[in-house]
Amino acid sequence: MMRHTIAVLVKDHPGVLARVAGLFTRRGFNIESLAVGHTEENNISRMTIVVEGDERALEQITKQLNKLIDVIRVRDIFPSNSVERELALIKVNTNSLANRSEIIQMVDIFRAKIIDVNSQMMTIETTGTEDKVNALIELLKPFGLKEVVRTGKIALFRGSKSVSTFKKQEE
Amino acid sequence: MSYMKLTGAQIVVECLKKEGVKVIFGIPGGAIMPLYDILYSETSIKHILTKHEQGAAHAADGYARATGNVGVCIATSGPGATNLVTGLANAYLDSIPLVVFTGQVSTNLIGTDAFQEVDINGITLPITKNNYVVREVRDLARIIQEAFYIARTGRPGPVLIDLPKDIQLAQTEFKYPEKVSLNGYKPTFSGHIQQIKIAAQEINKAKKPVIYAGGGVISSNASSELRDLAFQANIPVTTTLMGLGTFPETHSLSLGMLGMHGTAYANYAISAADLIIALGVRFDDRVTGKLSKFGSQAKIIHIDIDPAEIGKNVLVDIPIVGDLKKVLKKINEMIEKKENTEWLEIIKDWKRKYPLKYENNQELKPQYIIEEVYKISEGKAVIVTDVGQHQMWAAQYYQYTIPRTFISSGGLGTMGYGFPAAIGAKLGCPEKRVICISGDGSFQMNQQEIATAVNNNLAITVIIMNNGYLGMVRQWQELFFNKRYSSTTLTGNPDFVKLIEAYGGTGIRVNKKQELSPALEKALSLNKFVLIDCIIPGEENVFPMVSPGSPLDQMIGVD
Repeated sequence: MMRHTIAVLVKDHPGVLARVAGLFTRRGFNIESLAVGHTEENNISRMTIVVEGDERALEQITKQLNKLIDVIRVRDIFPSNSVERELALIKVNTNSLANRSEIIQMVDIFRAKIIDVNSQMMTIETTGTEDKVNALIELLKPFGLKEVVRTGKIALFRGSKSVSTFKKQEE
Repeated sequence: MSYMKLTGAQIVVECLKKEGVKVIFGIPGGAIMPLYDILYSETSIKHILTKHEQGAAHAADGYARATGNVGVCIATSGPGATNLVTGLANAYLDSIPLVVFTGQVSTNLIGTDAFQEVDINGITLPITKNNYVVREVRDLARIIQEAFYIARTGRPGPVLIDLPKDIQLAQTEFKYPEKVSLNGYKPTFSGHIQQIKIAAQEINKAKKPVIYAGGGVISSNASSELRDLAFQANIPVTTTLMGLGTFPETHSLSLGMLGMHGTAYANYAISAADLIIALGVRFDDRVTGKLSKFGSQAKIIHIDIDPAEIGKNVLVDIPIVGDLKKVLKKINEMIEKKENTEWLEIIKDWKRKYPLKYENNQELKPQYIIEEVYKISEGKAVIVTDVGQHQMWAAQYYQYTIPRTFISSGGLGTMGYGFPAAIGAKLGCPEKRVICISGDGSFQMNQQEIATAVNNNLAITVIIMNNGYLGMVRQWQELFFNKRYSSTTLTGNPDFVKLIEAYGGTGIRVNKKQELSPALEKALSLNKFVLIDCIIPGEENVFPMVSPGSPLDQMIGVD
């Protein structure tokens, strides 16, 4: 089983998310993460969906996505040819002074940021590849994680290649 | 230039006229009343009041299949809308173009669980090609135009438009857009020329080719191109249930239907073929039997307008995405004349050894009924079926030669489809003879539409194959569940002749074999709605049969 990152450009109107998400459920695919936001074009949103499946499953899901009228473009974003980032906010316990400085060190090493702090806890913001975010979370675990929230992965092709310069898949 | 101000309801009717809609089916209710108020004085559109919304949806579907036009139906919000669901799913699985309007509570009430409010868009997401909730009356004309365009182009399918009541009453300037512009919907029509060349080469090279033709040939109106291909290169043709009528079954190249209840020679031929030319089909499990064995000797060419069908169930060697008519035209230009004598001899031999057969004794056999219907209608009737044993007999023992003369629920297998669909077919083709083949189980699922047929003087002949069972399920219980006939015995059936008479129609009972042709003659000569209740042997089975999960060449009932 391979993990794939799929970029989907959709018309920005009510019901689109349900349509896309419903399709994954119906065809038996599990969405690992999904990030949605506006794009450079008016009324067009972009979903970045991480999904697990073999090549054939991926092909089927790409084709099924393309069949949705509200879907404008679908692209498989290969890790070798793309930049990808995820953002996470991590709330961690800081009960003792010793803990606090150790956490701050770690934040430095990871080039993360402390964005909120009080006597009991710190909230850390980090951006990076999924692996980097995972690694930081793992390291912070022993201190006691209070809450973690992640945006899910977003990705762009490297260089001048872009999803929006492609036409809707025609075979 | 200024445009006339119309209400949403008026816009719907104007758009229907622009789309050339002549007949619509439906039932009014609270949230769709403004639209019905406009229909009241509209003379160019005939509204057929069915007795259940499911009947309206199936009738629109039967109309679409018989005519090739988009079928239209209307229901109110809530229960009206949910009653359409089976009809939508049925049309979706068989790729039938429908535009369906549902009433909805006013926009300010949406989301409040108002009276008769239901999220029909959410409910129908997976069973429509697209659906809309109209939120601004100024979008309405564009949405309706898009809906018709989406329904009938590419791989056809049903489209639903949910119309809140206040949108039907709101006014705006009416302007029908000049053309549809959808950047997310661009079906591929022409087919990749390189792939087409390769396909033609393979066809020219093949020693044992078989054409496997389905409903896509009908949607694409490509029956004559299919025939050209088959005749030119002497390729035998088998069709799916949905493809019946695309190729004349009276021709020596015809193998009839393949699959679970297909002919033995069709199943042998496809199993032995070195090239399968799959046209507008989706390799459904009822057709392929055990998938890993399907066409295992063969290269497969698959032509379909829907890219998602390519490689979905079976890996194909030469995929071509495009409109069948266009693609076949190009292929036919590159096809060499061929005799295929050796291959056709083998097939001839199979046909001689393993014909379709039944024990034609003194009993009133269902297969015999179909053969008689074929004779008396000279093979020219529009046959509409329900779902079950009678459906398979109708597929096996009538020889279809004309596209759109066999209308049946294929993908969803909807009992109760046939009778309302026959009503739709008759309204679409009033000049044609429409015969509905049904069973005592299926017919009772939508028998309320007798009122619709009688009330509209529709000269449909309904033949009920009355065996007192849910026959196909009983057959499976006999074969796979030790004859434990759990809930398949239909005790409490009505007297169908009296039932039809209660509605003011004509009913005829046929108990004996010799009573059949006089009854058929009478029914067809009366030129009105007639139901013939045929009492057939209770435990007659449909053969041949490929058990679910078995390879196609292993059939029960072939010796």
